Amino acid sequence: MTGTVEIRNIVKRFGKVEAVRDVSFMLPEGETVALVGHNGAGKTTLMKLMLGLIRPTSGHIKVLGEDPAAGEFAARRRLGYLPENVSFNASLTGYETLAFYARLKREPAKSVATLLDRVGLTPAADRRVGTYSKGMRQRLGLAQALLGEPRVLLLDEPTTGLDPALRLSFYEIVEELRGRGATLLLSSHALTELEERAGRVIIMNHGIKVADGTLDELRRIARLPTRIRLKVTDAGLANVPNWLGPVDGWRQVNGHMVEIDAAPERKIEVLRRATDEGAPVEDLDVMPPTLDELYAHFLLSQETAR
Amino acid sequence: MRNILIVARKEIQEGLRNRWVLATTLLLAALALSLTFLGSAPTGNVGARALDVVIVSLSSLTIFLLPLIALLISHDAIVGEMERGTMLLLLSYPVARWQVLLGKFVGHLSILAFATLLGYGAAAGALIATGEIIDGESWMAFSSMIGSSILLGAAFIAVGYLVSALVRERGTAAGIAIGIWLVFVLIYDMALLGLLVVDQGQVLSGGLLNALLLLNPTDAYRLFNLTGSDNVSAFSGMAGVAQTTTLGPSVLLAALAAWALLPLGLAALAFSRREL
Repeated sequence: MTGTVEIRNIVKRFGKVEAVRDVSFMLPEGETVALVGHNGAGKTTLMKLMLGLIRPTSGHIKVLGEDPAAGEFAARRRLGYLPENVSFNASLTGYETLAFYARLKREPAKSVATLLDRVGLTPAADRRVGTYSKGMRQRLGLAQALLGEPRVLLLDEPTTGLDPALRLSFYEIVEELRGRGATLLLSSHALTELEERAGRVIIMNHGIKVADGTLDELRRIARLPTRIRLKVTDAGLANVPNWLGPVDGWRQVNGHMVEIDAAPERKIEVLRRATDEGAPVEDLDVMPPTLDELYAHFLLSQETAR
Repeated sequence: MRNILIVARKEIQEGLRNRWVLATTLLLAALALSLTFLGSAPTGNVGARALDVVIVSLSSLTIFLLPLIALLISHDAIVGEMERGTMLLLLSYPVARWQVLLGKFVGHLSILAFATLLGYGAAAGALIATGEIIDGESWMAFSSMIGSSILLGAAFIAVGYLVSALVRERGTAAGIAIGIWLVFVLIYDMALLGLLVVDQGQVLSGGLLNALLLLNPTDAYRLFNLTGSDNVSAFSGMAGVAQTTTLGPSVLLAALAAWALLPLGLAALAFSRREL
């Protein structure tokens, strides 16, 4: 199996700080991958390594078949990058800025207007970038990353500072690109930011890869309990173990509520009992583990393993 | 090559937009014009050839002003873009670091050359407009003065880049740039003069003095322009120096060129090794 990005046993040290420790993964075509971790977990470093902006201390990287730090630029023409806190020279207009980057990628000038339109910046194209709002700068950043139909897109914290409507249109553009076979790597400091859009999640902590898989796979590995909340009648409240059976980890909240943390394999059993004929249950809510809980679980399990 | 021109074009575009080009051109033109008209006061209208007087006063102006302008536009070139975060994005494009540096150099030098040519050209134009007759020899001296002024600017742009590639913060770069200007434009000559007075010709030979003069680009520039033509050196009071110095114009020009190329090469080296 080959991927558009291959990373093998990468270590990167800055002086005494080990920013990335022995990380390996592969990004196949047409996949959206989320790179999640706290600030300083090594996300940006990994992206810079893939761009060839810095060299690994040891290990191998291949992006679109070539070493990004070798000084060959064929691959970079098919690569889009949106840095965290993207900034542009304030004195040029949006159009001029994008035209400059298009020339560097040998893209025709007409693609500039098309891209500005796509990110909704056409009305502001002839205004100086210095007058742009944070969201507009971010959109200009996205536009430059989309230059030249990139096959690999590296987006570093792309949705911070975007309002919900913009975030939605951002994900639409991203989804469209992925449909055309581009590899997408999105980084974020919180899993919830990604709203389940990534097919695969890589969680980083202190430079170590702590988890790698689809959200479903991660949920299975984590074995986080599903929270089941039952609204119970007064009579039922008195003898919960009787009708619910031997369930550990239940507690009473808000008077009439019973909350149960059900392990994945007990979930159905608990639900069956709660909805059984004669069970004193008036209402029921099932809450699967949230992305935040999942993320916290993996970070915590790695911290304790160290 | 194309990448260099693309980057250069953007630098010029930015220079036009943030009024660097306008400000520099106007400043140089205003000073050149006032020197042209005030400068004829001491010589009167007798004998002295007008353009030669202008060359003397303009080259003195150049020594103070052009290094300052060059350092002002260059000291920020690398460290500033790094601090603002624009460099990170630029380097993720299919462009090599040396191409970025060279592109900036071409762009900044074009701005400086344009301002010098137009500003000083205004002085010559004003002389023609007042009906002065200027001979070919003066024109030669004038154009080589403009050419060497641009070369002096190139040297200080390159020095500014070297500083910019080495330091971590913009403030440091600005401080060092001012220091460099002070040393080369003011302190170096004073120190050299002091040394000569103290030494009384005991240790310092002519050869060593020559070497010391070449070690400062502004001295190389001064010698090139003020001793280059007999007429000019007579006005500048440098005739004595012109006779004793053994440094020919080609050596002086080579020294200026070396002052541009060497720091530029070192800046490229420092920049290529820098971690982002």
